[in-house]
Amino acid sequence: MIAARRVDKISRMKGTPALKVVTTVIGGGASPSSSSLKALNKESLLWREFLYPKNWLLGNNNRDPGYSSTYHYSSICNHRPTNKVLRNLPGYVKIVEVGPRDGLQNEKEIVPTTVKVQLIKMLVSSGLTVVEATSFVSPKWVPQLADAKDVMDAIRNIQGARFPVLTPNLKGFEAAVAVGAKEVAIFASASETFSKSNINCSIEDSLARYRDVASAARELSLPVRGYISCVVGCPVEGMVPPSKVAYVAKQLFDMGCSEISLGDTIGVGTPGTVIPMLENVIHVVPIDKLAVHFHDTYGQALSNILISLQMGISTVDSSVSGLGGCPYAKGASGNVATEDVVYMLNGLGVETRVDLEKLMLAGDFICKHLGRASSSKTAVALSSKKANSKL
Amino acid sequence: MKCGHVCDSRYLPDLQYRSKCNGRGVRGITNKPFLKDIPKFVKMVEVGPRDGLQNEKNIVPTSVKVELIRRLVSSGLTVVEATSFVSPKWVPQLADAKDVMKAVHNMEDARLPVLTPNLKGFEAAVAAGAKEVAVFASASDSFSKSNINCSIEESLVRYRAVCAAAKELSVPVRGYVSCAVGCPVEGAIPPSKVAYVAKELYNMGCFEISLADTIGVGTPGNTLQSTLSLLRNKVCGLSGAKKKKVCGLSRKQSLLAFVLRFCFLLMGISTVDSSVAGLGGCPYAKGASGNVATEDVVYMLNGLGVKTNVDLAKLKLAGDFISDHLGRQSGSKTAIALGRVTADASKI
Repeated sequence: MIAARRVDKISRMKGTPALKVVTTVIGGGASPSSSSLKALNKESLLWREFLYPKNWLLGNNNRDPGYSSTYHYSSICNHRPTNKVLRNLPGYVKIVEVGPRDGLQNEKEIVPTTVKVQLIKMLVSSGLTVVEATSFVSPKWVPQLADAKDVMDAIRNIQGARFPVLTPNLKGFEAAVAVGAKEVAIFASASETFSKSNINCSIEDSLARYRDVASAARELSLPVRGYISCVVGCPVEGMVPPSKVAYVAKQLFDMGCSEISLGDTIGVGTPGTVIPMLENVIHVVPIDKLAVHFHDTYGQALSNILISLQMGISTVDSSVSGLGGCPYAKGASGNVATEDVVYMLNGLGVETRVDLEKLMLAGDFICKHLGRASSSKTAVALSSKKANSKL
Repeated sequence: MKCGHVCDSRYLPDLQYRSKCNGRGVRGITNKPFLKDIPKFVKMVEVGPRDGLQNEKNIVPTSVKVELIRRLVSSGLTVVEATSFVSPKWVPQLADAKDVMKAVHNMEDARLPVLTPNLKGFEAAVAAGAKEVAVFASASDSFSKSNINCSIEESLVRYRAVCAAAKELSVPVRGYVSCAVGCPVEGAIPPSKVAYVAKELYNMGCFEISLADTIGVGTPGNTLQSTLSLLRNKVCGLSGAKKKKVCGLSRKQSLLAFVLRFCFLLMGISTVDSSVAGLGGCPYAKGASGNVATEDVVYMLNGLGVKTNVDLAKLKLAGDFISDHLGRQSGSKTAIALGRVTADASKI
C-alpha cells in the first residue's frame, strides 16, 4: 500500500534495488517463508535511513537529524501496514483547521484582528487548505469574533486555501457574502436540549433556518459545511442515540451541505460509542461527505480519529495548539491539537500535505500572544527537544 | 442551564454504563474486521507508585505511598507495582521500599510486584514480604549502561540469578524491556534486538514481558508492530504484555501512547501498563513526562465494553489524592474533565 509505494520510490531515487516488502501478519495468516531474511531487510532499511537522514524525501522538512524525524521517516517507509489494524487507512486525510474560529471564540481577551489574520496566514502557509476563518454570529453572543468583517477583508485574497465562516442564519449569511466569503458553515445539534441552550431554538427550527441559508448559498453556488454537535453525548441529555445523529445528518445532506462534520462536543466518545454513531450516519450520508470533529476532553480524541479513519472517514477537524477549551468542563481540554493529529498521521504513513514545523510556528505564534503553553503535546515535545539538543 | 456535577449518575457514568450494559459491549462493535480481536477483559498493571513516583524530586512520605497503593487496590486494580529495591543512592524516592512493603504486603486481592535489580535487591524484597518481583532489561546497550550501569548481557546474567532464586521460592518474575522502539542515544532499535532480550527474559523464567517504549517514539505505523510480530514468532506463549513508558519527547507521546495501547488491544493484547494520574517520567531525558494515565485507559476500555474490573470513580479519587499531595494537576485528561464538568450552557 502506501508505504510499499514509498519504499519503491525511495529505492528508485537512491538507485538501489527495491527492498522486498514483508507482509507481516500478526496472529494468523501466512508467514513469510524466509522470515529472518525479510526481517533483516526491514532492519537494514531502518538502519540505513537512520544513518543517512538526509534521504528524507517524504516532505518532512525537519532538518534536525535527531531521531524523532527519523522515526517518522522509518514509520512511514519501513514496511507497509499490512496488519489488519492499519490496513484500511486512507492514503490522504484532509485536515480542516478550526483554530481561528472554534479555537479562539471562547478566549476571554479579545485577540486583535491583525493577530487573527497573521495566524490564518501562517496556517495556510503550513499547507492547510481549509481554515475556518471566523463567524458571523451576533457579536452579542461571541464578542471575540465581532471583527469578522475585518478578518474577511484581510484574508479574502489569500490563495491556496478555503475559508469557511459560520453563518447562523440568513442575516449572517448575507453579511458574510457581502465581505467576500466563498464558503459558509451551519451548526445544528443532535441534542434538543443543547440546541435550545446553544442557539436558542429547537433542532427543527434550526434546520428550517439553515434551509434558508442553504438555498441562498445554492443560488450563489457557495458550498455549505454542516456541523452536528453532541454526536455522542450531551451535557444535559446524556447519551445521544445514533439514530438522532443520522437524522440530523440526513437533513443537512438533503438541504445541500457539501460536507458534514460530526462533533463530539463534550469529548465523551470512545471507539465503543463512536463506531455505532458512524455506522448510523454512514448509512444515510455518503462517507466521503463526512468529517469528524473530536474533542480531547477525556484524552480519547486520537483513538477516536484512528477508529474513524479505519471506518473510512478521511476528513478530520482539529485546532492548532489545541485552541478552544471545553465550555462544559472548565479547565479541561477541548479541541484536539492539529500538531498531534499531523504527527500521528505522519507516523501512519497517511498524507496530510501539512508541514509540521511550519504548523508549529503558527501554534507558537498564537500561544505567545495568548501567553500560555500550547496544548499540543507534539508541539511542546518538539520544542523542548530543540531546546535540549543533547538528550 | 446547569447540570449536576459529573458524579451525578445521569451524566457521565450513564454514558459509560450504557456503553457497557446495553447488551452491545464488545460484541456490538466486533462486526468490523479490525475489531475482532479486542479482548473481553484487560488486565491493568498499575505502575504509578513505583514508575510514577520514582522521579519525583520531593520525597513522598511512606504513609502517602501506602495510602496511594491502598486506594489503587480498592479501585479494583489487581496488579500494583509497589516499589523498587534498587539502591537508594540511585533512586532516593524509593529508599523506603522496605517500609512500604511491610505496610502493604498483606493486602488482599492484589499482587504487588517490586523491582529487583539484582540478587541483593531480590533478597531484601523477599525479606520485606514481596511475593512478586520484576526485572528491567534494555534492548539498547547504551541505555542499559547509562540506566543500570552495565551492558545488556551483564544485566541478563544478574537477572538469571534473580530468576533462579525466585524460582526456588515460587516467586513470579515480570520482565521489562526498555527502549523497545528507540533509544535516546542509539536511535532506532532493531526489533530483533528487542525480541532477543524478550526471549532471554522469557527463557530465564519471566512469566510476563512488558515492552517499554521508553522514549515514546513508537507510532502505530512503525516498528512496534514488527517487534511484536517477531516476538510472537520467536517466543511462544508470550503473554504479550505491553507497556508504554514515555520519557524524552514525552508530552506528545502520552497521547500517542494512548493510541498505541488501543492498537495493541486491536491486535489482541490484553495487558496494559499505565500510571494513575499519568505520573512518571524518566531521569535520563530532560523535560520528560507522561506515562499514559490509567484513568484515560479505563475510560476508553469502559467505552469499548472491555472489562477491567476497575471503578473509575475510585481510581480518580486515588489520582486526586496523589496529585493533591504533589501539588499539581493530574496528568489524566479524564480525571480533569470528570472533576470539572459543569454543563454550563455557554455558547459553543
